[in-house]
Amino acid sequence: MTRAHRAVRRRCRTAGAGVAVSLLGLAGPIAYAASPAAAATSPSVASSVIRVPVAAEPGGAAVTLDATVYRPADGPGTKHPAVILAHGFGGSKADLASQATELAGDGYVVIAYTARGFGASGGLVHLDDPAYEIADARHLVDLLATRPDVELDAPGDPRVGVVGGSYGGALALMTAAADPRVDGVVSLITWNDLATAFFPNAAEPAVPGPFKQLWASRFFASTLGGGAGAGGDPAKGANPLCGRFDPTVCRLFLAAAETGSPSADLLALLRAHSPAPTLAKVNAPTLLVQGMTDSLFGLDQADATARTLAAQGVPLAVRWTDGGHDAPSTTATADNDAARAWLDRYVRDKGSRSGLPVPAFTYALPLARLQTTTRLATLPAYPGLTGGTAGVTDTTVPLAASAGASGNGRILNPPGGQPASVTTIPGLAGLTATLPTYRLAALPGESTAFDTTPMTHQLTVIGSPRVHLDVQSTGATSTFFVSLWQVQGSSATQPRPLVAPVRVTAAPGTITDVAVALPPGTYRMAAGSSWRVLVTTTDSSFANPRQARADVVSLAGAGLELPATTADPATTEATRDTESIGVAAAIAALLLALTGSALWRRNRRAHVPVREDLTDVPLVVDHLVKTFKDGHRAVGDVSWRAERGQVVGLLGPNGAGKTTTMRMLLGLIRPDSGTVHVLGQPVTSGAAVLGHVGALVEGPGFLPHLSGRDNLHAYWQATGRPEEEAGFEDALAVAALGGALDRPVRTYSHGMKQRLGIAQAMLGCPELLFLDEPTNGLDPPQIAAMRPILQSYAASGRTVVVSSHLLAEVEQTCSHVVVMHAGKVVTSGTVADLVDSTDTTVFELGSAPGHEAAADRLRRATGIRSVDLVEEDSGRRSTVIADLPRAEVVRAAVDAGLDVVGVGSKRHLEEVFLGVIASAQNGDGPTTSSSLIERLRQVRAR
Amino acid sequence: MSTPLSWRTEAARQLGRRRTKWVFGILLALPLIFVGAFALDSGSSSGAGGGGPADGGPVAGSRMVDVATSGSANFTVFALLVSGELLLYVLAALFAGDPVPAEASWSSLRYLLTAPVTRTRLLASKLVVGYTSVAVALVVLPVWAFLVGSLFYGTDAFTIPGGGSIPWSTLLWRLAVAVAYLFVSVLPIGAISFWVGVGTDTPLAAVGGALIVFIVSGILDTIKALGRWRNALPGHYARAWLDLLSGSEVDWSDMRHGALWAVLYAIIFLALGFRRFGRKDILS
Repeated sequence: MTRAHRAVRRRCRTAGAGVAVSLLGLAGPIAYAASPAAAATSPSVASSVIRVPVAAEPGGAAVTLDATVYRPADGPGTKHPAVILAHGFGGSKADLASQATELAGDGYVVIAYTARGFGASGGLVHLDDPAYEIADARHLVDLLATRPDVELDAPGDPRVGVVGGSYGGALALMTAAADPRVDGVVSLITWNDLATAFFPNAAEPAVPGPFKQLWASRFFASTLGGGAGAGGDPAKGANPLCGRFDPTVCRLFLAAAETGSPSADLLALLRAHSPAPTLAKVNAPTLLVQGMTDSLFGLDQADATARTLAAQGVPLAVRWTDGGHDAPSTTATADNDAARAWLDRYVRDKGSRSGLPVPAFTYALPLARLQTTTRLATLPAYPGLTGGTAGVTDTTVPLAASAGASGNGRILNPPGGQPASVTTIPGLAGLTATLPTYRLAALPGESTAFDTTPMTHQLTVIGSPRVHLDVQSTGATSTFFVSLWQVQGSSATQPRPLVAPVRVTAAPGTITDVAVALPPGTYRMAAGSSWRVLVTTTDSSFANPRQARADVVSLAGAGLELPATTADPATTEATRDTESIGVAAAIAALLLALTGSALWRRNRRAHVPVREDLTDVPLVVDHLVKTFKDGHRAVGDVSWRAERGQVVGLLGPNGAGKTTTMRMLLGLIRPDSGTVHVLGQPVTSGAAVLGHVGALVEGPGFLPHLSGRDNLHAYWQATGRPEEEAGFEDALAVAALGGALDRPVRTYSHGMKQRLGIAQAMLGCPELLFLDEPTNGLDPPQIAAMRPILQSYAASGRTVVVSSHLLAEVEQTCSHVVVMHAGKVVTSGTVADLVDSTDTTVFELGSAPGHEAAADRLRRATGIRSVDLVEEDSGRRSTVIADLPRAEVVRAAVDAGLDVVGVGSKRHLEEVFLGVIASAQNGDGPTTSSSLIERLRQVRAR
Repeated sequence: MSTPLSWRTEAARQLGRRRTKWVFGILLALPLIFVGAFALDSGSSSGAGGGGPADGGPVAGSRMVDVATSGSANFTVFALLVSGELLLYVLAALFAGDPVPAEASWSSLRYLLTAPVTRTRLLASKLVVGYTSVAVALVVLPVWAFLVGSLFYGTDAFTIPGGGSIPWSTLLWRLAVAVAYLFVSVLPIGAISFWVGVGTDTPLAAVGGALIVFIVSGILDTIKALGRWRNALPGHYARAWLDLLSGSEVDWSDMRHGALWAVLYAIIFLALGFRRFGRKDILS
């Protein structure tokens, strides 16, 4: 795939320069796996440039060929078989470098040379003239026979194969015919008879058809590009148009281009410069590779060669690729491997093994959608273009005039031959694949079409579909072009961008029956598909008759005759699906790794032991530490416990770590160290013991689209416990939502959600109830109602943990408090113990004035540590902390002049709270309560 | 005591949601919208040939309308084709990725986890229900499109746009395979959305994040210079199921590749999602 891509990219890059495209088209299929860079640095191959003097030009000018010898870099005494590599028209030996290096690496001595008339070689292009180009190749065989490193079959007879494509392919065949010393031939995309290649006639091959003008023009363009002055000297009367062409060849071609029909001389010359006349003398085993995307030398050319060689019993294999002069083969690697196998069998191992090294017939199936490499199939024998052997049989599919065609088959050749229909642009098959070709091909008035009925079953056509047409013309000679399309709705596509040109000569007005062989190739005809035979009077790549003419073309035969196989072609799909294997292996490895890591983690998991001694203690928090990813130490070494029957208040300013602790108690946050045990069971995320815990943390959370009642049921279902354990009625009584219970939760107020949240936490009467700010959003009556609920809940032997900011509320509700500050527990104990203390005396003061002065006096008394005056709406109070017995404190106060009306020992929880936090925050140094409050008001810095 | 957060419980939590109702409503409306849109076509522009779908596939050269309205079989395939471009991916991202962040955004996630439901169990239930919803949507769409198509365009067998037809007997199992393939090929985007979702409290981030991955992957897929590397992109083989409908024989290679890649990506991102959620501190 990558290579095909590269080839396509290369084509795209050079598409701008006409000459380059033509060169590339000619050298198209000879793309080899070894990259030029690798070739240049290959250590096992040595190369040397030589100049080979060969026969002089007719005018007497001496000619030397530019060649490079590649040989395996081993001792000079070792003998190797040899290969002569010939390039395509317009190319040079440079095109052959990577292939030559590869073959030398296989153990061959390789001569890659530039043919006469091209590149750095001298002389003119004689178009594979037996007297010049073929003689040159024989000269190279002579040369090989003299080399000490070349294996000889007999003195003067080296063991040698000839390999070439296009221009070099014909040369390979003709050299094998001319020189019996050649042991094997690989001939790619080349001609059998140059006359039928340039003047093809799909009805009567012996009669010259229309001139393949576009391709001929490309030949001329490429030799002009090769350097005009090198060959003929204009001063000596040579035609400057001809560049390095032989003047005779050039003159005849130019004449044909002007008239559109060949002279007898040209036909004779073209035929002489072809393998066809001399094939009878070929004895060397031959591999023929021909492309199906080749509007220059189609499969019919290779077929003619194959039939001749097969008739004389030469070992022969035929290979149809999907490449050719118009596009690179998508199976270039496999094609190259076949060529190497052929050389290995018949040249290197000459005669030591029998049987073909490759299947007698290999063919590329049509490229399927999204495929980048076509599938190859094989048959045990070459069936030819018309089938009849090897399982390829004729099937006839009925044809009828296409519904879209008008004019009853009457078509017009426009005066001057313009506009011409476009089926293919030589050398650019890839371009036409993206154009709406059918509308460019089927020009109105100049075309008629016949459609098949839908295929009843799938066929794979191998060869040339045939159709019989009746032709009646106003001219003596009628020229038209026939092509095969697949109907696609109102349009059609052309699987093989080729046309079959037809020329019929008959008296005007008479009806002639013409059997037309459509372009050969492989076609996949799916069941249900229908196909169209398109007849046009013009084609842009041919020289169209300039005289206006009206033809009537109608069907003569039964239908479209298809040499086809119904069997699904057995494919040689040896290529492993590396992508599937790779991804499947990755999946397997991944699953293995996941299983392994899961097992490993299970074993490694720090196992917090069950504490049998704590099974009756609802909650034990032991040395909890949590530092968040951002470095904030939210909780540092927190330990406390809650017993049955207690209502524990968790107090602390914002950022004290209350919520983080609460989340760790519920397994929502994983502590860095420390443990939480509920009823002796360690708490981890989703631990089963959490079923004994009900919680409301940082506000309630409900599915907004469900009603309050449904939410409670949905929550209880998620626990997976039986419905009767839930105690919905009790919980709903706590929520006290009344009729709102059946409205969607998204319509609830904050307080309603809060009450529903508390009800949810109490579902199933858990042993331990965590309520984070439960009074948030509740109004005073609701708060007051909540108090006895929590107290009676704890009174039943369960435990309630409440975190709150409302100190008065905590003081009234809770039996115990835990005060946290800055991630630490600063104090804990019963509420009664905290508010009551021996060193503190609280005085209720009367309304007499002068208590400020009295307080100052008291402060100066011995044993008095501090005196606070508090003005409240309910009255004036003073809190005195002293190291004296209470009776002496009272006496000192009265002595100081305070207007004492009552004495007590209980402080408000707020004072305790501020006091312990003050001492926690600032162990030494006195702190006034106002500055402390200001500091606590600030958000604790992270 | 049954398992916490059973699949049925989780299904009840998700099915009542408005987004679920909207999605299925859109799926049911879609074929009717197509019928309405095709009814507006006067058919007068037939000469233009009209392009066909963007992939230049077998439909090129014939008009989309003619193909889609030639029978219920073609109509069904058309419905799958157009929704397979993006809609199904959005659905997968939504159904697989949104449940966890949705619970987080409602604050109910923490109550589920303290119910208690283990984190693995929670994710497993949400994924099973999410992917089952995708599967149901994938079955509902073609079945409904078939019914609508039969009503308006008759029950003709499938005509391949490239020529030929596929009889109902063959088409039925191929459509079943196509639906299965579509399901497998949307697994990765669901998994990516899931992975993003367990790390966030915003459902939009999960769905949007996965779609951005998908769109970037689609952009990279158009860069030819990447060559074979593009095969590894999620969504590269999204259209491979059309191979089932291109002729009498089926080329399985692209579907095989696509399914394997999809499974690989799904496993990777699901595993990452489980890992992420298992280690996460639930702060929502």
